[in-house]
Amino acid sequence: MTLLNVSDLTVTLATSTGDADAVRNLSFSLDHGEILGIAGESGSGKTMTALSILGLLPYKGKASGSINFEGREVLGSSKKEFQHMRGKEISMIFQDPMTSLHPMLTVQTQLTEHMRYHNKMSKSAARESALKLLDTVKIPDPASALRAHPSQFSGGMRQRIAIAMALACEPKLLIADEPTTALDVTVQAGILRLLHQIRDERNLSIMIITHDLGVLSSLTDKILIMYAGSEVESGPTRELLSNPRHPYSQGLIAALPGASREGKFLTSIHGMPPELGNFPSGCAFHPRCGFAEDRCSVPPIDATVVSEGHRIYCPVNPFSHDRVEQS
Amino acid sequence: MILSPNTRKTLKALETPTEKKGKGSTNSIWRQPLAIVGLTIVGVWVFVAVFAPWVAPYDPYSQEFDKFIPPSAEHWMGTDELNRDILSRVIYGARISLPYSILLVVLSAIIGTIVGGVSGFFGGRVDATLMRITDMFFAFPGIILAMAVAAALGPEIRNAVIAITIVAWPVYARLVRGLILNSKSSDYVTASSLLGSSSLRTLFVDLRPNISGPVFVLMALEVGTALLLLSGLSFLGLGATPPSAEWGAMVSMGAVNFDRWWVGLFPGLAILTAVLAFNFIGDTLRDALDPRTAKALRD
Amino acid sequence: MKPVPVLTPVTKTLFTGTGLTPFIIRRLLTAVVLILGITFIAFSVTQLVPGDPVAANLGQSAYSDPDIVAAFKAEYGLDQPVHIQYITYVGNLLQGNLGISLSSKRPVAEDLREFFPATLEIALVAVFVALVLGIILGVISAMTRDRLPDQIIRVFSLTGVSMPVFWTALTAFYVFFFVLGWAPGTGRLEPGAEPPPQVTGMYTVDALLDGDLATASQAVSYLLLPALVLAVFALGVITRFTRASVLEILGNDYVRTARSKGLPERVVIRRHVLRPALLAIITVAGVAFASLLAGSVLIENVFSWPGLGQYAYKSAVGLDLPGIMGVSMIVAIVFIFMNLLVDVLYRVIDPQMKDSK
Repeated sequence: MTLLNVSDLTVTLATSTGDADAVRNLSFSLDHGEILGIAGESGSGKTMTALSILGLLPYKGKASGSINFEGREVLGSSKKEFQHMRGKEISMIFQDPMTSLHPMLTVQTQLTEHMRYHNKMSKSAARESALKLLDTVKIPDPASALRAHPSQFSGGMRQRIAIAMALACEPKLLIADEPTTALDVTVQAGILRLLHQIRDERNLSIMIITHDLGVLSSLTDKILIMYAGSEVESGPTRELLSNPRHPYSQGLIAALPGASREGKFLTSIHGMPPELGNFPSGCAFHPRCGFAEDRCSVPPIDATVVSEGHRIYCPVNPFSHDRVEQS
Repeated sequence: MILSPNTRKTLKALETPTEKKGKGSTNSIWRQPLAIVGLTIVGVWVFVAVFAPWVAPYDPYSQEFDKFIPPSAEHWMGTDELNRDILSRVIYGARISLPYSILLVVLSAIIGTIVGGVSGFFGGRVDATLMRITDMFFAFPGIILAMAVAAALGPEIRNAVIAITIVAWPVYARLVRGLILNSKSSDYVTASSLLGSSSLRTLFVDLRPNISGPVFVLMALEVGTALLLLSGLSFLGLGATPPSAEWGAMVSMGAVNFDRWWVGLFPGLAILTAVLAFNFIGDTLRDALDPRTAKALRD
Repeated sequence: MKPVPVLTPVTKTLFTGTGLTPFIIRRLLTAVVLILGITFIAFSVTQLVPGDPVAANLGQSAYSDPDIVAAFKAEYGLDQPVHIQYITYVGNLLQGNLGISLSSKRPVAEDLREFFPATLEIALVAVFVALVLGIILGVISAMTRDRLPDQIIRVFSLTGVSMPVFWTALTAFYVFFFVLGWAPGTGRLEPGAEPPPQVTGMYTVDALLDGDLATASQAVSYLLLPALVLAVFALGVITRFTRASVLEILGNDYVRTARSKGLPERVVIRRHVLRPALLAIITVAGVAFASLLAGSVLIENVFSWPGLGQYAYKSAVGLDLPGIMGVSMIVAIVFIFMNLLVDVLYRVIDPQMKDSK
């Protein structure tokens, strides 16, 4: 049984100009111990997808469709049901470790409060757990760290504390929203290695959201690429990165600094991603796509299977007969 | 002058200039019900003030009626201690309270903007000196200074305006200075001066849009306070004098004759509705100014 | 210039260190400078503005007699050149002498000792009520955002802030005294009643210290109405501000983190939201308290409450410079003290704060 099964997820947000869909008919699944990477530019709906799983959508946000966790339907849960799930079965770490941790509470409080609430642990038992967690995430001198406040740590350390916090109640799924975007490149690698290690040790499923394809290639088992709230391509990491079929995916990969040949200019995708509420009809990428035809602006856009587990949403499918040159 | 904390928070929020000009802002104002109510009430008062001679049932100074008639069919708000119709006086009162409050706000805004502008623009010792002075005015209990000045100049509405202006300008000075300092260090101004624009040009082209918006919002927020202070001084006998039909002065007559409840009630209600309306408008303007601030401060 | 010998390393840290004591000392020094500045402003303004204190304080016939006028001027030093007057005043001030009031003919210090506690009494009650009620209502308002409780509270607080306080006082007096008979009349005690022996000057406190419960409860009944009217404006302000604060904090990332851990909302509010909110609210309360003192002018007029407001009014009308200065001084001192208290509380509540000033 898959751990997480999302089908036809649509997230509607309230903006100053009316309601707008940030996520449109998204479907994907995640198995135990699998790492899924969700990639896309800002505004592609990645974060809203994650927030809807935990019922943390912003004020006046609504989600419809189906989110199935361990056989249970999550959407439409009551507040109490969400509370029971959050932190205990599914937890989340956020992009900016400088603002996601409470500046006035000690590390110990922040690490143990949900442990004590969900598992009814005593203060000392929780503290023991917290020490072990800090060890797992490789924070030096855990005993002093517990007494300290988040502002006394660097960005990388804070993110490790956040990870420790997320693991405290031994969840089955960890959602990481751009966990390394706010960190130095050198620190990023350490965090990613840590996540990999945790997955191996605990068979933890991880859903990692990022706009950085480099992060995805080193960490994930499979990738889902989003554009304007919808999926454009998804598949196993190796396969997708070596054989991207959707024009947008190719653009993303080609835009990586390493991908361009020596002496050539960096390629970038012409144009700008569309604004919320103003998505083009049909395939939202068609105004920027070099291969666009008339049928691209006509909904619905159906999935095309490329190979086992690898599919794209592109009626034109321009690369069906050749493989892209390896970079 | 001691600021209402609401104004302080707004000041802090207003000091961050927004580069993006709301195409949303004008839209939102007209759609907010509170602002519409506020504008309607203000509109009614303005109409009443302008067309007072036609709207008022009687001459506000005429003393031909009986003393202290309670509200009745002929006198909707009754008559006062000098046999005058109160409704007519309340209507004519709008001709005093509204224009003078607005005048007060405009005057203090001008003075404060100049001081703050000079201070922020030239910086250095000029800035330090001017800000010391402004700080001292802030620490000073405004109402006391206003009372003293008004008392010294003599009880007259014009002098009350002067007195309150002396006390009210620092708010604007601080705001404008803060805005200029923030703007001066912002990237687009640096870019502009790198491109070679002179300081004067910088001041008017780059800084002005960021300053005028918040200043106008602050003015809108301060009109209500101005009206309250003005009528307060008149209540104490330090502003408008008899026989003029100023609302605050009318309430003080109501205090003397408090068993004739209608004498003080209606002028006070007039003040309340006017101030409430200005506060509605001011609140909505503040929300429309900066979406981030709006989310944070939306009341 | 040779360095001042008093600044040894030890004493230097007294002024420049980062601990709590140096902080307080620095603030006190600033306060002194500020107060001097205030005297300067008050003095300049009253000198620049036309108006003759002599005329304001002598009767008509006395004023037409040049000898009496000269004597009056001599007695109060009004015949000295302006800068001498100022220097004399500041000199006296530094020795704790606030001068003699032109209108009451008593030392200003004595006047203040009589009038200040009366205002302090109602201000303290007002701030307490406004804080407790305001924070509760503000939090409810923020939690039920845009739903019915929020709408009602917002309308009420906005109205409270828009009411002319003198009119509120008048209406309250009419309703509760004249119509309902629930409140006693004007003044601090029943006409003819003996005030308790002066310790603090606040009748309630002094009566309790004296063991005189009857007078104490009488004093309370007289101060309730003016205190509550004074509270109305502050209540509106604090409610609005609390709501805004809580809403802003609710939008912070760490609140989202707390929720993502599955903590129930009441825990999130209590542990994660209220603490930062309290910081902001304390600031507001401090400012509100200081402005209450100033605002009491109007209320004391209506209720014939013999407090600082009344004294300020009399001094202003009489162009009584020592009186005006005395009142300004007290209010400024309270203001500065409040600021200091707020700053100290900040550092206590938020362990992260370093002195950024």
